[in-house]
Amino acid sequence: MSILFDLQNVSFAYDGIPALNNLTLRIETGQQVALLGANGSGKSTLLRLLDALCFPSTGSISFAGDVLTRDKLLQDDFCFAFRRRVAFVFQNPDAQLFNPTVFDEVAYGPLQMQWPAAQVRDRVEHTLNFMEISHLRERPPYRLSGGEKKRVALASVIVLDPDVLLLDEPTATLDPRSQSQFIDLVQEWKNTSKTVITATHQLDIVEDIAQSLFIMQAGSVIASGPPAEILTNTDLLVQANLVHAHRHSHGGVVHSHLHLHRHSHHDDHQH
Amino acid sequence: MSERLSGQAGALQMLDPRVRLVGILLLVVSTVLCSRIEVLIGVFVLAVMLALASRVKVSTLAKRVWWIALGFTGLMVAPALITTPGDPMLALPWNLSVTEHGLQAALLLILRVETAVTLTATLVLCTPWNQILKALRTLGVPPELVAILVMTHRYIFLLMESANQMFDSRQSRAVGPFRAAQQRAIAARSAGVLLSKSMDLSYDVYQAMTARGFRGEVRTLETFRMRSRDYASLIAFVGIAITIAWIGR
Repeated sequence: MSILFDLQNVSFAYDGIPALNNLTLRIETGQQVALLGANGSGKSTLLRLLDALCFPSTGSISFAGDVLTRDKLLQDDFCFAFRRRVAFVFQNPDAQLFNPTVFDEVAYGPLQMQWPAAQVRDRVEHTLNFMEISHLRERPPYRLSGGEKKRVALASVIVLDPDVLLLDEPTATLDPRSQSQFIDLVQEWKNTSKTVITATHQLDIVEDIAQSLFIMQAGSVIASGPPAEILTNTDLLVQANLVHAHRHSHGGVVHSHLHLHRHSHHDDHQH
Repeated sequence: MSERLSGQAGALQMLDPRVRLVGILLLVVSTVLCSRIEVLIGVFVLAVMLALASRVKVSTLAKRVWWIALGFTGLMVAPALITTPGDPMLALPWNLSVTEHGLQAALLLILRVETAVTLTATLVLCTPWNQILKALRTLGVPPELVAILVMTHRYIFLLMESANQMFDSRQSRAVGPFRAAQQRAIAARSAGVLLSKSMDLSYDVYQAMTARGFRGEVRTLETFRMRSRDYASLIAFVGIAITIAWIGR
C-alpha cells in the first residue's frame, strides 16, 4: 500500500506550549488507525495538522506525496481537492454544526465544493437516508441530542464521499446504542479503500475500529503496532495513562484491579 | 421562529431576499434621517403593518423587540430629559426639571430606535439567515464581514446555552441570597469565562468550516431571481424611503 500521510519530525506548540514533539510517523492508504492517548497527549492536535487546519512549527507533513503548507492550501485547486478527499469529524459537534437545519448542514460541504444544485440535493438525500436521519432534515442541529448531533456531524462529512476520515473522539459522548451503531459504520468502511484515523482514549472500541495503533504521550508516539500486541502490554498502557485501578464488587467481595480491555476480561475477575 | 415564519406566505416572504434587504435598509436609513416625531410615528405604523402583512405577530415584536429596545434606549436617553436646555415641563427634586426639548429629543430617539428595530426584526424573522448572508454577498459585502456574521449568529445560541449552564451550576451550589456586590462579581466573572469560551469556540467553528471547504464565500442551494413584483417593490421601497427622508427633514 502507498504512503498517504508522511510526518517527519513534526513539532507544534500553542502559544509556546508544546503539543507535538518531534513526531515521525507514516499512515498508509486504506489503513484504519487509532491514535490512543490520555487527555492532552496531542491526539486532537495531530488530527488538525493532518487536516491542514494548523501547520507544523518544525518538520513536515506530506499527503499523497504533496507537502502540506499554508501556501498550498491557499491555492483553490489543491484546497478543494484536499478538502474533498480528507474529512474531519470534530470532537465537539456543536463546533461542527453551524447551519440552520440538518439538511443545510449536510449540504454545506458539497456547496462549498461548488457541486451543481441537483447533484447536491441528490447526494444530501442519499446521505440522510444512509445515516437514517431523514426525519431530522428540518430540525436545527443545535437542538438535537448528543447521538443525533454526532450522526449529523458524520453525515456532513461523508456526504462528500471522502477517501480519508479523521475522527476525534467519535464515541465520547454517545450512549451505548449510538456507540454501537457508530462502530458498525466504521467497520463497514474497513472493507473499502478508505483510510480512517481515529483519536480516542477508549480502549474498548479500538479493536473494532483499527488495525493499527499509535500510543501517544506528551506529544510523542511512544509505541505503535497492531491492537493484539499493544492492548496486552499492560506496562505500556499504564505508562500512557490509558488504564487505571478499577474497584468493584463480586458476590459481596470488593476488590480492585487494572481496568484492562482484553478479549478475556475474565482473568481479571479471578479471586 | 425564523425558519417557520420564512416558510409562510407573507408580504416580505414573497420578495427576492436582495430586495427585502435593500428595501428594509433604505427604510432604516430614512428613519434615522427623519427628525419629525409625527412622521416617525407614521413610519412606525408602516413598519408594524409590514410586519403584520409578513405574518409577524405584534406580541412577538413586543416581547422580542420593543420592550428590550425601550429599556436600553430609555436608559441612554434618560439623562437627556433633564440635561437638554429648554422650557421646564415637570419639576423634579434637587432643582431638576424635565424640559420640553429634552422630552422631544428622548421621544425622537426612542421612536427612531423602535422603528428601526421593528423593520430589521421583521426582515430577520421572515428571511432564513443563510439567504440574508447570501444576499449581503451578492450586494458586494466583503466575505470577511459575512464570515463574522455567520460566526456571530452561530455563537449566540451556543453562548446562551453556556450561560444558562453556568447559571444552573451556580444555583446548584449556592446557599442563600447573594449581596449586590457578590452578584456583580459573579456576573463579571461569568462574562469573562464566556468570553474565553467564545474565543475557543470561534477557533473550533472556523476550523470546522475550513475543513469542509469554506473559503470566505457563502453558498446556498437557493438561486435568487428577480421578478416583476421584485422590481416594483424595490421602486416602492426607494420611493417611500425618499418620501420619509424628505418630509421628515
